[in-house]
Amino acid sequence: MVTQTYPLIKPTNDSTREPLLRVEDLKAYFFMDEGIVRAVDGVSFDVMPGKVVGIVGESGCGKSVTMKAILQILEAGAKIVNGKVTLRSRVHHGDPNSAEELIELTHLHPNSRQMRRIRGAEIALIPQEPMAAFSPVHTVGNQIMETILLHQDVSKKEARQIAVDVFHAVGISMPEQRIDSYSWQLSGGLRQRAIIAMALSCNPRLLIADEPTTAIDVTTQAQILKLLRKLQEERQTSIIFITHDLGVIAQMADEVVVMYLGMVMEKGSAMKIFKNAQHPYTQALLRSIPSVQSHPRVKLPTIAGSIAHPFNRPKGCPFHPRCTHFMRGVCDAAQPHLVEVDEDHFVSCFLYSEADGTKKTMRTEADPAKEESL
Amino acid sequence: MSDGMQPLEPKAVAAAKSPLLEVRHLKKYFPIYKGVLRKLVNQVRAVDDVSLFVREGETLGLVGESGCGKTTVSRCILRAIDPTSGEILFREADDRVTDLAALDRREMRRFRPQMQMIFQDPFGSLNPRMTIFEIVSEPLYVNGMRSKTEREDHVAELLRLVGLRTEYMARYPHAFSGGQRQRIGIARALALNPRLVVADEPVSALDVSVQAQVLNLMLDLQQKLNLTYLFVAHDLSVVKHISDRVCVMYVGKLVEMATTEELFQAPRHPYTAALMMAVPRPDPSSRDIIQDLPGEVASPANPPSGCYFHPRCQFATEVCRTQTPELREISPDHFVSCHRAEELHLAGIKVNKETQI
Amino acid sequence: MDSIEPKILQPEGAAPLEKADPAMYPPDEAVAAPAEIFEEPLVTTQEEERISIASNWTLVWWRFRKNVLAVISTVILLFLAIVVFIPDFFATMDPEETNARLAFIPVQRIHWLDEGQLKPWVPSVVGKRDPVTLAMKWTTDETQKTYIQFFGSGWSYSVLGIFDSNIHLVSAVEKEQADQDLAAQIFLLGTDRLGRDQWSRLAFATQISMTIGMISVIVSVVLGLLLGGISGYFGGWIDNIIQRLIELLQSLPTIPIWLALTAALPRTWSPEKVFFAITIILALRGWTTLGREVRGRFLSLREEDFVLAAELGGASQARIIVKHMIPTFTSHIIATSTLAIPVMIVTETSLSFLGLGMRPPAISWGVMLQEAQNIQTLALAPWLLFPGLIVIVAVLAFNLVGDGLRDAADPYSH
Repeated sequence: MVTQTYPLIKPTNDSTREPLLRVEDLKAYFFMDEGIVRAVDGVSFDVMPGKVVGIVGESGCGKSVTMKAILQILEAGAKIVNGKVTLRSRVHHGDPNSAEELIELTHLHPNSRQMRRIRGAEIALIPQEPMAAFSPVHTVGNQIMETILLHQDVSKKEARQIAVDVFHAVGISMPEQRIDSYSWQLSGGLRQRAIIAMALSCNPRLLIADEPTTAIDVTTQAQILKLLRKLQEERQTSIIFITHDLGVIAQMADEVVVMYLGMVMEKGSAMKIFKNAQHPYTQALLRSIPSVQSHPRVKLPTIAGSIAHPFNRPKGCPFHPRCTHFMRGVCDAAQPHLVEVDEDHFVSCFLYSEADGTKKTMRTEADPAKEESL
Repeated sequence: MSDGMQPLEPKAVAAAKSPLLEVRHLKKYFPIYKGVLRKLVNQVRAVDDVSLFVREGETLGLVGESGCGKTTVSRCILRAIDPTSGEILFREADDRVTDLAALDRREMRRFRPQMQMIFQDPFGSLNPRMTIFEIVSEPLYVNGMRSKTEREDHVAELLRLVGLRTEYMARYPHAFSGGQRQRIGIARALALNPRLVVADEPVSALDVSVQAQVLNLMLDLQQKLNLTYLFVAHDLSVVKHISDRVCVMYVGKLVEMATTEELFQAPRHPYTAALMMAVPRPDPSSRDIIQDLPGEVASPANPPSGCYFHPRCQFATEVCRTQTPELREISPDHFVSCHRAEELHLAGIKVNKETQI
Repeated sequence: MDSIEPKILQPEGAAPLEKADPAMYPPDEAVAAPAEIFEEPLVTTQEEERISIASNWTLVWWRFRKNVLAVISTVILLFLAIVVFIPDFFATMDPEETNARLAFIPVQRIHWLDEGQLKPWVPSVVGKRDPVTLAMKWTTDETQKTYIQFFGSGWSYSVLGIFDSNIHLVSAVEKEQADQDLAAQIFLLGTDRLGRDQWSRLAFATQISMTIGMISVIVSVVLGLLLGGISGYFGGWIDNIIQRLIELLQSLPTIPIWLALTAALPRTWSPEKVFFAITIILALRGWTTLGREVRGRFLSLREEDFVLAAELGGASQARIIVKHMIPTFTSHIIATSTLAIPVMIVTETSLSFLGLGMRPPAISWGVMLQEAQNIQTLALAPWLLFPGLIVIVAVLAFNLVGDGLRDAADPYSH
């Protein structure tokens, strides 16, 4: 077991500059009869305390597998083959003033006691399907209390009080009564709130929200997004927010990680990604989505082709067959590395980096159109 | 069979374009039975008195949240399900108007070629056991084109039209991506040269980067073939992108119908305004604009009294709680069903100049 | 190809698209731009080309053949099928010929080599009567060799009523000296109480038992498809009646009903009549499971988008059923039927074992096992249990093939 206890790092102002979770060169592959699917292939990002990291990408980009790899809940056949996931965990889970230790999650057995304690107490998951997350034969309150009793040293009565409190915190009216209802008695919006309450019940410092609003309607979605933002600000919880919806990411995330076929294409602050995207994929994606603010019946610029099947991911940059800046012999030859094009703004593209992974020096301004003519 | 198309026709633009389709007071109630004797205990008012019209050559967007009845309306128009009551008036090329709701299945078959559908699910809508040729040519075959070479030529033409290689004809659907399958579905819908195409969430199951391709294709085809679209979707930005006019539905009722520009810039129904404000925009600097609407969508099995929206409406008054508002035209081509439409000044969405291409 | 006029695509007299108020819309050239053609590169590899044009049955086969157990079982079933069609080819003698002097002969082992040469033979059996118990005691005499030949000629029989043949898989090589009355006979699986050759009897029992299983399943499938299809397709009160009928049939206690029905068969009926009566009795309940499944498939398929698409395209109900619905669940029906055959076989065997199914002189696995009913016989002649082994092998093979088919039946689930 490789868990180093660091000399007491008190959660001071200083430690807010240390990442709460650091993912380094994470690779998770699926080993199947038909071959190997490199679902996540070298993903790195930091989650700073109190910040929201949005992971955005289309189907097959590996955003969900990344989430499962962090939580060590990969399905059978999938394995983490490389990389580190380092969590700055509290020694006493749930205690805000606890000393901290760095835990290398990939070294823990998925079913070990320590990993199970971390799931829920340090990292909690808000799943996509609230209906599937609750058992229909137990009351919602009982299920939340069970989680609390599992992770915290409290009496049953106290656990119930905590559950009522989190129900109140997520904006469920009449929490004392609602806590005794079954999940199927709650409406979609209330169920989603109850799931958030369950995730928050043990005071985790990191929430992973996996497409939490995909299954619900737009007016309810707005309520849930607002609630998550309020809770995050009040509690200074970090959130990894996974979605395919660029609008939701723009509304929620401080930092954005754009993924495509298992790789990070671009990452940086939300402002930089949405206002000054550098990667051809991000640029094209942002241009191609219809917006309520755009003119009706204007043809959108599109990204040609379709996403390759993960079994035959293109060689080199995975986006090169669809890229308008494709450079023959460069993009299809090697994989580009992430280079810093601006402060805390990383792009993985040969427009910005040399084949050896160093940053291109001759660039003066980030205009890929000019670069192409070279 | 019908006495022209007067009531809903807007006064100012009446002459501009004649409606291809007009739906009047359409109702579809699904009964809920209980017990061994199947006693009728309640009804789900999936579509509750909806009236709308679609002009020839235009796209009418039909938008609403899940359970609002938008899909039921579209299926009733195609007579995939039978409406409980109401009229569905369809104008044929020779200006004859027929009430489709009054036809039986046999009589309906004559109208099938004129109205086709594009489906939401690119996987479930293509029979996995048929080749692309068999799928696209089936409507041609059943409508009398027996020569195989003739059908092959037509299928090749259709595939080219939707941007697919004709070499793909011998393949099965499992060889195609979601976006390509949707193109195949569009080719099948166009095989019979329909005048009305009902598209039920045609891009919501597709990846973001592929959605724009399909939307552009639909715009192109409309232009080339003078198609009329009824475009059903839950995504306001997609509906705005493709529609000339938009209808908004809420719990089985039509709350507002207007031209796209007007609806988005100056909505007259509080629900329309709230719906637009709830859409998350891909712009981090717009975070404070997004507003949520309190409460939850009412159940169509047990709708509230008066205006169905009143429990969530910040402008609701006594009359909203007791009286059901009628759909009325408050300005040319702008229909709304709200008691207070005239007095309210609701915020719309300004077109973002930056995003304009 | 390019010269073809897009006849149906150009509407007659189509006016150019006009907007009611052009001022309300941005410049229209974006809409008016020519269609983008997304000609993706043709898939290059042969493998992908092969997969793209693979039909449903090809895909089912590709998945089925990955299942080793199922493939082995298929080979076993194919062998049993050959036995069903030409049992005479496998038999070494008349299965009904009795010879009290040759009772309870044990299994003869085939020796493949004779003095270093490949020349298969079986040792002769020598019977000695125990002077105390008066029971026959059989010993083998390795010096007395009965040579055997493969594909030798023997009595003639008809192959499926098409042509006659006299070729047999195994037979003894005739010897010159006729004084040895055992010389021309071989008992590969020994003999029973009446001195009948088990090997030959087993060949004919396989024919009867397997045929009963198959025919009753075929009758079940026909009934199930018909009634289940009517139930699922028409719904309403017909559906209600058929469903209640299925529930009634399924709630009947099977063993007593079978016992009652088979016991009611007149003793005077010929074996053929009994045979058909039993298949019908088995099928009468067998169709209910299948009927339910067919109905369920019809109900769920009616909701499928591709069925609605066909209807909107103008396809008739009959075409939708034949072209879209039935092909979709054929593979499932085949899998379910394959799994139903062993149930029928076991049921027939059990009934015959209890003396209520097939009766001698008809030969079935159950009739043969009847011989092994008492412990004494078992102790003296354990080879009489051999038909039981064949039943187990056949039932297992059917189950494994059925499971394999069921798993492979929907290649689109992955």
